[in-house]
Amino acid sequence: MSRFLRSPLGRLSAWLTAPDPTSRLQARLGQAWLTWLRFSRNPLAMLGLGIILALVLMALFAPLLAPHDPLEQDLAQRLLPPFSPGHWLGTDEFGRDILSRIIHGARITLTIVALVAVTAPVFGLLIGTVSGYFGGWVDTVLMRLTDIFLAFPRLILALALVAALGPGIENAILAIALTAWPPYARVARAETLTVRSADYIAAIRLAGASHGRIILGHVTPMCLPSVIIRVTLDMAGVILTAAGLGFLGLGAQPPLPEWGLMISSGRKFLFDQWWVATMPGLAIFIVSLGFNLLGDGLRDVLDPRSASR
Amino acid sequence: MSLLEVDDLEVRFPTETGMVEAVRGVSFRLGRERLGVVGESGSGKTITGRAILGLVRPPGQVRARRMLFDGIDLARLDEHGMRRLRGQRMAMIMQDPKYSLNPVMRVGRQLTEGLRLRERMSRSEARKRALEALEAVKIRDPERVYDAYPHELSGGMGQRVMIAMMLIPGPDLLIADEPTSALDVTVQAEVLKILDALVRERGMGLIFISHDLKLVSRFCDRVLVMYRGRVVEEIAADRLDQARHPYTRGLLECLPRIGGPRGHLPVLTRDPAWEEA
Amino acid sequence: MGPFERRGTRPASAKEEAGLSSNTTTTTLPPDDISHRLWRLARDALRLLVMLATTFLGLLAITFFIGRVVPIDPVLAIVGERATQEQYEAARHALGLDRPLIVQFLIYVKDAATGNFGTSLLTAKPVLDDIGRVFPATLELATIATVLGVLLGVPAGVIAATRPGTLVDQIIRIVGLMGYSMPVFWLGLMGLLIFYGELGWVGGPGRLDTFQEMMFESEVPRHTGMILIDSALAGAWDIFRNALSHIVLPAGVLAYYSMAYISRMTRSFMMNELSQEYVTTARVKGLPEWRVVWVHALGNTLVPLVTVIALSYANLLEGSVLTETVFAWPGLGLYITNALMSADMAAVMGGTIIVGAAFILLNMASDILYRLIDPRARAAA
Repeated sequence: MSRFLRSPLGRLSAWLTAPDPTSRLQARLGQAWLTWLRFSRNPLAMLGLGIILALVLMALFAPLLAPHDPLEQDLAQRLLPPFSPGHWLGTDEFGRDILSRIIHGARITLTIVALVAVTAPVFGLLIGTVSGYFGGWVDTVLMRLTDIFLAFPRLILALALVAALGPGIENAILAIALTAWPPYARVARAETLTVRSADYIAAIRLAGASHGRIILGHVTPMCLPSVIIRVTLDMAGVILTAAGLGFLGLGAQPPLPEWGLMISSGRKFLFDQWWVATMPGLAIFIVSLGFNLLGDGLRDVLDPRSASR
Repeated sequence: MSLLEVDDLEVRFPTETGMVEAVRGVSFRLGRERLGVVGESGSGKTITGRAILGLVRPPGQVRARRMLFDGIDLARLDEHGMRRLRGQRMAMIMQDPKYSLNPVMRVGRQLTEGLRLRERMSRSEARKRALEALEAVKIRDPERVYDAYPHELSGGMGQRVMIAMMLIPGPDLLIADEPTSALDVTVQAEVLKILDALVRERGMGLIFISHDLKLVSRFCDRVLVMYRGRVVEEIAADRLDQARHPYTRGLLECLPRIGGPRGHLPVLTRDPAWEEA
Repeated sequence: MGPFERRGTRPASAKEEAGLSSNTTTTTLPPDDISHRLWRLARDALRLLVMLATTFLGLLAITFFIGRVVPIDPVLAIVGERATQEQYEAARHALGLDRPLIVQFLIYVKDAATGNFGTSLLTAKPVLDDIGRVFPATLELATIATVLGVLLGVPAGVIAATRPGTLVDQIIRIVGLMGYSMPVFWLGLMGLLIFYGELGWVGGPGRLDTFQEMMFESEVPRHTGMILIDSALAGAWDIFRNALSHIVLPAGVLAYYSMAYISRMTRSFMMNELSQEYVTTARVKGLPEWRVVWVHALGNTLVPLVTVIALSYANLLEGSVLTETVFAWPGLGLYITNALMSADMAAVMGGTIIVGAAFILLNMASDILYRLIDPRARAAA
């Protein structure tokens, strides 16, 4: 044991868990390390993390990982079943390798998730904190607006938007993001209301901090843990919505290997060549499951009040 | 004649950082008298009360050499047997009626529930008993309270309802877990007066758990002082000033006295040896 | 002298003597007579109505805006590309598109309020009529699925909450987790594949087989538009059975979805309630454990759970869009998607508004129910 402690890894670990940190950085990193330790003790959460990492890696290294070109058609090889030589998951009606298409589809999925995850929560956070912080008519107006968007079923609004703007992946992302921000605004507002009347906020206001500084520097960080948890759990739903749009032909357009679109085109062959529709669905399922597991794990660790243990 | 005999009670909880021993070898006897159990948060006093009633659920572990209640060994009794004793012969009132009464159920229903289930009493008969119980705790408008919801009652009223509810079946043992800590001082006095009268006229045994040493010394016959899961002192209430354990002495000395000296109050210095006492 | 006989105690206020609360949130117990009750009811109803109106207005604003963003020129779609300038202007005027935007919006609102959603390009009938025809099918599906979801999900959540960490709990959680990680349309396809394609246990796509469809059209009087109810009322039992075999799969898929969400929420709420003091009180009273869990704890859980159920119903309305496509179920979802494919904007917008309105109403209903069920919310002014 003492040999471990003297090794560089051991010294790092001791530094991180030292009870009297000497710098803010040390304290922060130490906290993060302890949080990570608790997180890693949850096997399901680690599974979720693993799935997401696999998704990211698949997306990044798609051209290297995919055995075939996802767009290359080979009609002589159409509708081959899984475990056929060279086509682990079979081929679709154009002879395209399903495995390669799924791997490349990860890019599309990741893009959608990343874009929505970056835009919707940020926008929602902004609206929520401003609304909660200033109160009064600002609050009323913004919350009315939030309620109106919340009242919209996500898929239907996306349908309507796409109907208006035309199908395509950018419009799909826009539509999803537009319906995704209201819950964040609600959550941020609730947290802001709790924090707003705290003494330390009054203290920095007395010290002369501007509203902007207070909101950005002090109120927002308090909202972050719940927002992070929400984002992760939300992404599970975003994937499903995006797949739904793809299924209806409103998201990515053929021949892009978007998973929902693949299910839709596989539908014609459902009863005899079931793998064409089943495989992409499994991919969607696994990724969404991954986000759910990760989100649950994060919630257990970051917000023990609502731990689902 | 002992109503309750607790012999070497131990309660442990497994946590992430190892086993926490909340109660470590507590022993005492209780007759038809009032026993006060005093300690700070974390001393194990509340858990002791709950362990006696069999309310410590897994993963908590309860072990005792013996826990005799009127001859029945609670430590060896199964849940079914405990359930028959609870309510009927042993009862407990808790700290804050805001939380300890079911918020979505009317008071009357909560009062009569046990009766109707156990003794299959008719609705009107049970209602009569409940109204009598409410009158016994000096509630002036029992019909109104009977139909009310808990959140419509003040703290004192709620606690009185709680007492009535627990005393309806006529138990022999009552454990009062900080019954007045959530109440205003004047209301405290009223509730204690009622409790005093009821316990006296029914000849019940009472375990009064509190963090308030002064209160316990005035209300109870004997006092147990607990520190970190152990009993460090057991003494008659009227001889409290002759307490010997340094912890008890320390507690007594840091209480301000009206008319006493006005210098700085001493602060308790904890001796780690007390944990092993 | 007893310990509690003090001289000069402050006399309790009259309110406290009567046993009534004197905290500041409710100054007095509100007088309970009929006139006050009615007044409070009226005031609450008014407030809800105002909220409903504003939200609905916002909904219309959004759909109006979306409708105006369409890159296709609606005038051109009607008059064709070879129309003259005058014909174009005339059509434009007839459509009201030359008026200022705010006037257009007001006309739009008036139309929506009177149920005029325009005419569908596909069916050449008023959109509202079309929707009236297809909505019951969606309602039938969503209602059955929600009922099943509640009947299965609530007990599952309670059982999981009372045995945390055990195998039963894990199984229930995993089953639930799978439920809301799956794309519902994919689950529908898998269901079709396995239970219809391979096993032949259930009917296929559509609400009825062709033969029964003909029988239904000709013989069964339409009361609700829901095949199960109408055929049962008419005593047409083989139509009923056929309809049942067709609805089993789509309703089952949606029910799984609903059950997953409801069981998770129930479990979460129940675990919260089971750690409350009143549960200990109930146990101290010696009540059997089933009563403590299913009457006391669950009774308190129902309060937030009602909101969850309403939300789940709303989710199902949305999920039905995709499920109906998979099962060729002629409901509102299929109507909207078909309209989408044919660029039938009026139908799409009309359908969107109806679903949005249903959503708003459901949210409002859950709010009202919450207030009715929770006695604390009832008292708060």
